[in-house]
Amino acid sequence: MESFFSRYRNALVLIAVLLAQVIGLAVQVRRPDSGEADKGGVRLIRSWVVGLVTPPERLLHGTGRGIRGLWTNYVDLIHVRQQNKALKSELDRVRLEEDSMAEDARQGQRLQGLLGFKEKYVYKTVAAQVIGTSGTEQSQVLLIDKGSKDGIRPDMPVITPDGIVGKTRDVFRHTSQVLEISDATSGAGVILEKTRIRGVLRGDTWGQPEIVNVSPDDRIQRGEAVLTSGGDAIYPRGLAVGTVDRVRPDPEGTLVNVLVRPSANLSRLEEVLVITSTGEEVPSEMQQDLTEAEQAEQKASDVLAERLPSRVDPNAPADQQQEPEDDSAEEGAARPVKPPAALHPDRYTPSDTPPAADLVPGQKITDGQSQATSGNENGAENPPKAPANPESGAAPGTTAKPGKGKPATKPAGNTAAKPKPKPAAATTPGDQPAPGAQPPATNPPATNPQATNAAPATPSQTTPQSPQRGVRAWL
Amino acid sequence: MALMASSRREAGTKSFPLVIYVVVPLLALGLQSLLSLHLTRFDLVDLPLLVTIYYAITQREPVSGTLVGALIGIAQDALTHHALGIFGISKAVIGYMAASLGVRVDTDNHGTRLLLTFSFTLAQTVILWLLQRHMLGQPVAWHGFHELLRATVNALLAVVLFALLDLTRRTEY
Repeated sequence: MESFFSRYRNALVLIAVLLAQVIGLAVQVRRPDSGEADKGGVRLIRSWVVGLVTPPERLLHGTGRGIRGLWTNYVDLIHVRQQNKALKSELDRVRLEEDSMAEDARQGQRLQGLLGFKEKYVYKTVAAQVIGTSGTEQSQVLLIDKGSKDGIRPDMPVITPDGIVGKTRDVFRHTSQVLEISDATSGAGVILEKTRIRGVLRGDTWGQPEIVNVSPDDRIQRGEAVLTSGGDAIYPRGLAVGTVDRVRPDPEGTLVNVLVRPSANLSRLEEVLVITSTGEEVPSEMQQDLTEAEQAEQKASDVLAERLPSRVDPNAPADQQQEPEDDSAEEGAARPVKPPAALHPDRYTPSDTPPAADLVPGQKITDGQSQATSGNENGAENPPKAPANPESGAAPGTTAKPGKGKPATKPAGNTAAKPKPKPAAATTPGDQPAPGAQPPATNPPATNPQATNAAPATPSQTTPQSPQRGVRAWL
Repeated sequence: MALMASSRREAGTKSFPLVIYVVVPLLALGLQSLLSLHLTRFDLVDLPLLVTIYYAITQREPVSGTLVGALIGIAQDALTHHALGIFGISKAVIGYMAASLGVRVDTDNHGTRLLLTFSFTLAQTVILWLLQRHMLGQPVAWHGFHELLRATVNALLAVVLFALLDLTRRTEY
C-alpha cells in the first residue's frame, strides 16, 4: 500500500486537488442564488485575495493619477482658453435646451402622477475610482475603491455620465466588484427609444452587449438609442445604455439579437458613480433645477415680448393699428381674417355695408351713410370722423400712454357694446396726442369718455350709430 | 534531441527565495488586473499562467507544480465573478503537466520555453472551455484564431519573462 502511494504520489495529489475543486465548484453552482453575491467561505477567499491584490493597485493607480494630474494641471494648459470658450457656448446651448425641456419634464411628471406611475429618481450617488479588472476575457468585472464602508451594497447600479456600466456584485469593506453589462451573465432591462421594443441586455461571447431574443423588426435601425427600461428593478428608468450597432439573427431560433454599442467606454473607465439611493419623489435638486429653468424660461419670454414688435405700434399710422374687438375673450381662439382697409373706398368696398342689425328690408343705403361707414372704417380717409388711433386718437381726452404694447392689445372694455355719442368733454388740458395720431376731430368722438383708458376702438366701435339712426337713414 | 535534458546541469532543480514565491504570483495577479484596465488588449496575456508554468518547469516537482497552479488559479478566480475553481482546476493540471515535462526536457532553452508555453496556453483554453461549457453549462464560444493569437502572445512574452525570473533563482544540484 505504501509503495502504491509513493509510486503514484504525484497523480494522487493531482486527483485529490482536482476532486476537491470539482466538489467546491459543484457546491457553488448548486446554490440556488448562484447569480448573486457569494457567502461564507467563498466570500472569505475572495475577500483575502482582493485585500492582497488591491493595495498595490491603489498605490499604482494613485501614482499614475498623480503624474497625470501634474501634467494636466500644470503642463498641458495650452488650449484651455479655447476650451473654456467652447464650453461656455456649449453651456448656453444646454441652458436653452434645458429651458425647453423643463416644461416637458413637468408635464411628464403630471401625467405619471395621473397614471400612478412610480418613477425612480436618482437620489444619491457615490463616486468611485476603478482600480482594476478581473484580468480575464471570460469575466467582465471591475474593481472599484469603494465598499460597504462607503454605503455600497450588492446590486447597486453603476453608471457614468455617458451611460450605465453595470451593477455591484461582491462588496467588501473597502472595495467592490462591478459586473459590467458586457458580461455574458449580466442582465439589464432595456428599451429602444424610438421603436419602444423591450428586451434583456447581456454580453455576448466577445464581450459586446446585445439585446437577446428580439422579434425581427425592420424598424430597428443602426444608431437608435437604447435606454434602461426600469423593469429589472436595478437600473432606474431612462438611463442611456448605448446605440444599436447591428442586428444579427439568433443562431438558435427565428429571433434576432441586437448588438449595442455602449455609451460608456467600458474599456477605458476611470471613474464611475454608484447609485446608492433612489426614490419615487422628485429629488430636491432636480426640483430646484426645474424651478430655475421655468423662471429662466419666463424671463426669456418676457425679453422676447419686449423685443418683438407688438401687435399695435403706437408710432404707426392710424390706419395700420386696427385691433380686434375682444382680444381677451377670444384669447387662443381663431379670429376671422379681416381684409385690409381700402385706400380709396367706394360703394363696392366690403366695409361699406352697414351692420346687418342696422339694415331694414327694402331700404336703400344712402351715399352719405355709406361714406360715413367707410370713413369710420379707415379714419385716415375721413378726418372729421372719429380718429382710429386706439390709444391716443380715439378720444382726445384719453389718458392712455403710448408705447405700451400689452395694454394696447387688451380689450377696450365695453365701450363699443353700448356706444354713447357724447361729446368728448373729458379732455384734460395738457394731454398731447400721441405721435402719429390724428388731429382732434371736429365731430364728437365716438367713444365713451368714461372709458378713456380703453384703447383700441375698432371702426365698428367708434361708429356712433344707434339702431334708430340706422332706420332713419333707411327711411 | 536538443530539447531533451542531457546533462546533470540541465536536469538540476532550481529554487527561489521564499519571498519570490509569494511576491511574484501576487505581482502577476495585480499587474494582470491593473494593466487590463489601461491596455485594451492586455487580457490576451495571462501572467498568472506564465508564472505557474515557470515555477513548474523550474521546480520539476509535479506535486508542487499542482499545488502552486491550484493556488494561483483560485486566486485568479477570486478576482472574477465565476465560481472558485475554474482557473484553479485548469492551472493545477497545467502545473502538473509542466512539472512532469520539466523533468524530461531542457527548460532553459528559449525554444523549449516558447513551445511549452504555446502548448500550455492552448491546453488551458481547452480545459477552461470544457469546464465552462460542459460542466457548468455557461455560454462560451470557441474562437480558434483568437486562441492561437493568445497562445502566440503568451509564448513570446514568456521568453522574456522567464529570462527575467531566471535572475532570481539559485540552482541546486
